[in-house]
Amino acid sequence: MSGALVIFFVLAAAAVLSSINLIVQRHPIHSALSLVVVMVALAGLYLLMGAEFVAAVQIIVYGGAIMVLFIFVIMLLNAGEEERTNFSKLATFAGIPLAVAVTGLIGAAIARSTLVLPAPQPSGALTSTRTLSTLLFSEFVYPFELTSFLILVAILGAVVLAQREN
Amino acid sequence: MSFLTEYAFIIIPIIKVAILAFVVLTVDAYLTWLERKVIAHIQARWGPHRVGPHGLMQPLADGLKFIFKEDPLPTNVDKTTYFLAPFLALTLSLTALSVIPFGPQQFTLFGYQSGIGVAEVNISLLVLFAITALAVYGVALAGWSSNSKYSLLGGLRSSAQMISYELTLTLSVVGVLLIAGTFSLRDIIQQQDNGQLGLLGWNIFGFSKDGVGFTQIIGFLCFYIAAIAETNRVPFDLPEAESELVAGFHTEYSSMKFAMFFISEYTSMITISCLATILFFGGWLSPFPASWTFTHYLPSVVLIPLGLWVIFDGTRYENVLGRIVLPGLGAVMAAIGAALIVFPVVNDAIQGVFWFLSKVFVFLFVYIWMRGTLPRFRYDQLMSFGWKFLLPVSIANVILTSAVVLWRMH
Repeated sequence: MSGALVIFFVLAAAAVLSSINLIVQRHPIHSALSLVVVMVALAGLYLLMGAEFVAAVQIIVYGGAIMVLFIFVIMLLNAGEEERTNFSKLATFAGIPLAVAVTGLIGAAIARSTLVLPAPQPSGALTSTRTLSTLLFSEFVYPFELTSFLILVAILGAVVLAQREN
Repeated sequence: MSFLTEYAFIIIPIIKVAILAFVVLTVDAYLTWLERKVIAHIQARWGPHRVGPHGLMQPLADGLKFIFKEDPLPTNVDKTTYFLAPFLALTLSLTALSVIPFGPQQFTLFGYQSGIGVAEVNISLLVLFAITALAVYGVALAGWSSNSKYSLLGGLRSSAQMISYELTLTLSVVGVLLIAGTFSLRDIIQQQDNGQLGLLGWNIFGFSKDGVGFTQIIGFLCFYIAAIAETNRVPFDLPEAESELVAGFHTEYSSMKFAMFFISEYTSMITISCLATILFFGGWLSPFPASWTFTHYLPSVVLIPLGLWVIFDGTRYENVLGRIVLPGLGAVMAAIGAALIVFPVVNDAIQGVFWFLSKVFVFLFVYIWMRGTLPRFRYDQLMSFGWKFLLPVSIANVILTSAVVLWRMH
């Protein structure tokens, strides 16, 4: 087994186990921390595919900014452990079979897929900042600007909600 | 031999990590000594003076004390997070140093190319910001998990402060990125190399060789202020304001776990000083024009008088140990200085590292100097300063620099 494959399995296992841990944990902070581990493991996977810029941005934006905000809010509200209620009937009778069915469907799709993606080449010629920004502001300018606009709307919404009291 | 060539890519970095960790931890220890000495002299006191000559063994004594102190666990702490926090803080701050190149040399050992510094990646700057972005967890989690209102308030303050100032920290660097067009720290330094003009080629002055440079003095000021806030140092040390919060986020930590927070803070100071040196002050580049070869003797000119002074001071020291140790230390310094004159090859090789470390030392000294001089900000002042002044100014710097770079390139 090559080194890259070993690293892939370690990171993938970290991501999957942390995702499970995220749901199992009862304390919001522990769940949030598990999510941070998922983000960092994903960043590692991006790095393995030779997308080092995306990897760094994944950690900066998701691992850093967004999750710090999550934890900050949890700390500020001093949220305690969540209390487990009994499983709802709907979850038992509809949820579990549905989850099994979806997992089976995705598994079958992956197993039967004949599509072979070319292995990403972590080549020596890595993407320069200039190339990346040129792409972002020429070919992908509309999605990029639309996303910025979406964030702007979200910020305005937050401001309006916060000022409703006055 | 074949084993070495095959696994050089993993063996050499491990050795370099070990060396760097040893050096950095020692420097951290002596940084505490320097800080106590400098602040003491600012306040007309002697500072540490009992353990060893001029208190030079004080860091060792402190270290031993940290190891042998009892480490009580406060009641009702969240154990996992409580233990995780100091490890997270220390690991992240040490990891950040791994992408810093300390000198210009690049060499090939067993077919593996490396330089002075653990890892040189082409996204070093982004890696540094990624690690800085995660660094807040150490402080925030320590504050939350300690089950103490002082710690919680300290943790909350620090998360809010670090989120706010991280924006400015990142934006203030964009100017440099626009000029350099790369995230690689080595390339950013080399781009500032203007052989004839010396220090004027640095980003702080902006007369770079390719002519697209523009003075980044606004960017530097924003960067340095934000960096001080990121490292929780005076005048932005609200997370551990002792007059209000006992010791802030690390109130409930003692013994080695407290020491880990302490070490991580000093390591972050070193990282930020290295980053300021690289981004704005030309890294390992000499401030003099390349044709002034006589400036290569500057390390000797600094070391020999310093060594002689330490010898002279040592002969008058009040106890026997000091009269033995200090002249010995001075003799070593003077001998190194003399050796550098005798062996010009070695002298040329250390120029880059000499300038890099000298600049880093200046920034570290400024950190200490500010701690001895400035009072602490009030919390609302801190927030309004960060969001209403520093952030707009750094955005204005980005716009101004982009305009100038665009104009110069066409």
